[in-house]
Amino acid sequence: MEEKVISREKVVTFIDTLIGKYYVFAPVKKKDFISFDEVKSGNEVYLGYRNSKDSPKRFLFPQSEVMLRYEKGRLIEEGPFDYGKRVIFGIRPCDIKGFSLLNKVFDNHDFRDPYFITKRDSIILIGMGCREPQTTCFCTSLGIDPGSSDGADLFITDIGNKYVFQILTSKGEGIISEYDGFNDAEKADLDMKEKVSEDAKERIRTKVEISGLKEKLDGMFEDPFWSDLHEKCIGCAICTYLCPTCHCFDIEDETVNDKGVRRRNWDSCMFPLFTLHTSGHNPRESGKERMRQRIMHKFNYFVSYWGDTACVGCGRCIINCPVNMDLRKVINNINHG
Amino acid sequence: MENIYLPKTAKIIGIKDEGLDLKTFTFSFINSEVKEAFSYKPGQFLELSIFGVGEVPISLSSSQIEKGSFQLTIYAIGEVTRSLHKMKVGDVVGIRGPFGNGFPFDEAKGKDILFVGGGIGMAPLRPLIKDMIDNRSDFGHIIILHGARTPRYIIFRDELKEWGKVEGVEVHMTVNRVDGEKWDGEIGLITRLFDKIEINPRNSVAFVCGPLFMIHIVVEDYLLKMGFQEEAIISTLERHMKCGVGHCGHCNVGPKYICIDGPVFTYREMKILPKEF
Repeated sequence: MEEKVISREKVVTFIDTLIGKYYVFAPVKKKDFISFDEVKSGNEVYLGYRNSKDSPKRFLFPQSEVMLRYEKGRLIEEGPFDYGKRVIFGIRPCDIKGFSLLNKVFDNHDFRDPYFITKRDSIILIGMGCREPQTTCFCTSLGIDPGSSDGADLFITDIGNKYVFQILTSKGEGIISEYDGFNDAEKADLDMKEKVSEDAKERIRTKVEISGLKEKLDGMFEDPFWSDLHEKCIGCAICTYLCPTCHCFDIEDETVNDKGVRRRNWDSCMFPLFTLHTSGHNPRESGKERMRQRIMHKFNYFVSYWGDTACVGCGRCIINCPVNMDLRKVINNINHG
Repeated sequence: MENIYLPKTAKIIGIKDEGLDLKTFTFSFINSEVKEAFSYKPGQFLELSIFGVGEVPISLSSSQIEKGSFQLTIYAIGEVTRSLHKMKVGDVVGIRGPFGNGFPFDEAKGKDILFVGGGIGMAPLRPLIKDMIDNRSDFGHIIILHGARTPRYIIFRDELKEWGKVEGVEVHMTVNRVDGEKWDGEIGLITRLFDKIEINPRNSVAFVCGPLFMIHIVVEDYLLKMGFQEEAIISTLERHMKCGVGHCGHCNVGPKYICIDGPVFTYREMKILPKEF
């Protein structure tokens, strides 16, 4: 593996260089939150962020996406449509792990989703290690290291006055060669990088026990636990919309004057309509069944099907829940119930 | 890479009234390569699109007929199905699939066969019944039970009559109630037909399709008590499905996706799923 360093000031110029050649998406400071947005200048990028409010999963799996176009009942144009070459600059290790979990679903050996795959293949991921995890972060419990470069093409660590860039793939190599302001990393830089990573790991204080959780849940479908758990939930589904691993969607036609598009839109197991049959029968009638589905799918069903837990410990569902549902407490209660 | 979400154009080449709000549509793909490549098994389903209205999963109700043609028997109940019922011969729709696992066939050879079809649950059973009758010597005695809401909801009326004439095939029907129609047959739930049949459960396979409460009663109160093996009871499960390929999450039940791991399950597989139907 090769490591390069660049000074703080030069990062802005590096981003400016990329902007001419790619669509660059990076953390941008909004009024009271951070979000990945397309940037037109390196100065817009806010690298002091802890994590973005929403998950960057929308770059692979947009909230609403046109699948095809039709006119007068006939197909006229088919997707996937070209999104161009994109660079996601500054994505966190938990969110990169989220991409790999989505990948299991959308690119499996039986069914490959061209909408997802086209976007995935045209994206270059520049990951960035965490320096200041949030109090709601618990990625280490899910086996994710806040300094892990897994899945990235390039990986950045902020070591104070400089950034260390690890080159991990040929795509990453290509992007580094776009700019001549990099120097080779020295031992002191790499030592500092190690220290920053270790410190970040230390700062993640909440731990939940994931090992044995799947087995515990195996026998819990009928448990009275679910009857109380959902009581304060208002079914807004923000937990699933912000989750880097939630992948449920609906397919709908939108028509105006004989012309229209077929879209896929995010959907959520927290909505009553999600399972409603045309006959009027609903197998998940109340919040109890829906909350159980969300937890079971993440920590039991997904594990059985895809061999991994569908949670990356990013804490977005905790920070943004309007009724303060804390997934960590839910897991602890399951473990100790 | 093939776009799994791209419907292929098919033309309606025939429409048959099957009863109240029930029609069997015969479709044929327009593109000759698509026609040639299309094949399916009984028990599988298609995603039917009417652009501008939407897409719905529907079980195939024909066995392999002419290459590139197939039938769907559809009850007009939602937006897409009601729009389809307004269409006529020559109109076009979009088709994706086939999806799902389909019924076991070879495994049932040499056995006596019991079909229990409630209402439109007969639609996915029809191709299997036809294939078994076409390969009559491979199977033992065949018993077909059909229950409908009222006489005008009896589906595949003529075929049921024809199948009943085949040697070694029995057909029994019942209706839940009579709603002004002329009817001199059985009245009551499908389970009352069990009094009329004789079957050796040890050497039989039962295919059960219909409303969920019917499946429960037929399987738990009848077939199991009669001595059917759990793996010799085969049924289909329903779920609000969207993508058909296990991606959209709608039909997830426990560690299974009805659209790719089903819709056909043996009772042994069904009973270990979470009770969430």
